[in-house]
Amino acid sequence: MAGGKEIKSKIGSINNTRKITSAMEKVAVSKMRKAQERVAATRPYAEGMRKVIGNIAQGNIEYRHPYLSERDVKRVGYIIISTDRGLCGGLNTNEFKKVVLEMKSWKNKNVEAEFAVIGNKATAFFKRFGGKVVAQQTGSGDVPRLADVIGTVKVMLQAYLDGRIDRLFLVYNTFVNTMKQEPVIDQLLPLPKADIAQKEHNWDYLYEPDPQPILDMLLDRYIESQVYQGVVENAASEHAARMVAMKAATDNAGNLMDDLKLVYNKARQAAITQELSEIVAGAAAVG
Amino acid sequence: MAMTVQLDVVSAEEKIFSGLVESVQVTGSEGELGILPFHAPLLTPLKPGMVRIVKQFGEEHVIYVAGGVLEVQPDSITVLADVAVRGEDLDEQAALDAQKRATEAMQHAGADFNYAEAAAQLAEAIAQLRVIQKLRKK
Repeated sequence: MAGGKEIKSKIGSINNTRKITSAMEKVAVSKMRKAQERVAATRPYAEGMRKVIGNIAQGNIEYRHPYLSERDVKRVGYIIISTDRGLCGGLNTNEFKKVVLEMKSWKNKNVEAEFAVIGNKATAFFKRFGGKVVAQQTGSGDVPRLADVIGTVKVMLQAYLDGRIDRLFLVYNTFVNTMKQEPVIDQLLPLPKADIAQKEHNWDYLYEPDPQPILDMLLDRYIESQVYQGVVENAASEHAARMVAMKAATDNAGNLMDDLKLVYNKARQAAITQELSEIVAGAAAVG
Repeated sequence: MAMTVQLDVVSAEEKIFSGLVESVQVTGSEGELGILPFHAPLLTPLKPGMVRIVKQFGEEHVIYVAGGVLEVQPDSITVLADVAVRGEDLDEQAALDAQKRATEAMQHAGADFNYAEAAAQLAEAIAQLRVIQKLRKK
C-alpha cells in the first residue's frame, strides 16, 4: 500500500495541530470578553477627567499649560502599543505599516521621530526598523495595570516638556467589533481642542491649594489614562484577532484533513484492487 | 429623610463606587474634609488614605484610595482615584527603568536571538550527554 502510512501519520499531526488551534480559539474568546469589560471599566475615569480639565482650562485662561499650546513641529514622539505574543493575524503588521507610512511623510517634512514601545512585537520591529527608541515596556500580561505604563509615559512627557518632541502620538489597535480591529494614531499632545469640552459657565471651583498644581497633576493623569486605555483596547483587539486567526486555522486544518482522508482511502482501495487482481491472476495461472 | 448626593469613585482601571450618599469624608492634601450635599464646587488633591462614605439610609462604607483628586459639585461628587501610591521619585524611577529597558532591548539582540543561542547550547549539552552515555556502555 503505497504511502498509506505516511498519509495516516500526516493526518494525525494535522489533527493535533487542529486541536491546539481550536483550544487557542476558545481561550481567546473568553479572554476577549474579559478584555472588553476592562475597556468599558476605563471609560468613567477618562470622562470625569475630561470634564474637570475642561472646567479648569476655561476658568484659568491666564495659565497656559504647555500641554495645551501648539508649537512648530521639528520632532515628534510616538507611543506604540503592540502585543507581546504572535499568532494574531495581521494585527501588529497592519499597525506598524501605518506607522511606517507616517514616518515617510514626516521624513519628507524633515521631522525626526522618537519612539516609546509597549509590547514585544513593537520592540522587535523597531529594533529592525532603526528608529530611536527611548522607552520600552513588555510583559503586561492579560491584566494590564496602569503602573505598567507610568514610566514609559513619563519619559515621553518629559521629552515634550524639555522640547525634545513637539508632538506626541499614541498608536494602538482599536476594537471595532470581533471581526474588525483598526490601527489608529491619536494625538496626545498638545491636547486636541475637541478633547477639552467648551461649555459656558459662570462659576469656578474653590481650589485647595492652587489651581496650577492640580491642573498639572490632572493632565499627567489624563495622558496616562489615555495610554492605559490604548493598552487595554489593544489587548481586546489582540484576543479578537487571535480568535479569528485561530478559527481560520482550525477550519483550514479540517479541510486539509478531509482532502488527505480522500487521498488515503483512494490509495487503500487501489491497493486492495491490485491485490485482488493479483490473486485472481495467480489462481487463473494455476487453474 | 436625609439629603443625598451622587458620589462616584473611579480609578483608571475600574469604577470603585457609585451611588447616593449622605456624606463623604476624605483626606485632602490640606487636611481632612467632610462633604455634605450642596457643597460649593471644590477641587483638591487627595492624600493616600480612607474615604469614609455614609450611604443613603446611614450605612457606612470605607474605601482606601492611594491618592487622587476630589471634585465636588453641588449635585455630584467625583473621586478620581489613583491605583497606586504615587510620588515624584517613584515616577522618576519608573521612567528611568523604561529608558534602561529600551537601551538594553536595542543593544542586546532580541528574544529570538537568545532563544537561538539557548537552543544551540542545549543541542551541545545533549550531544555531550550522548557521548558520555556511549562511553559508559562500552
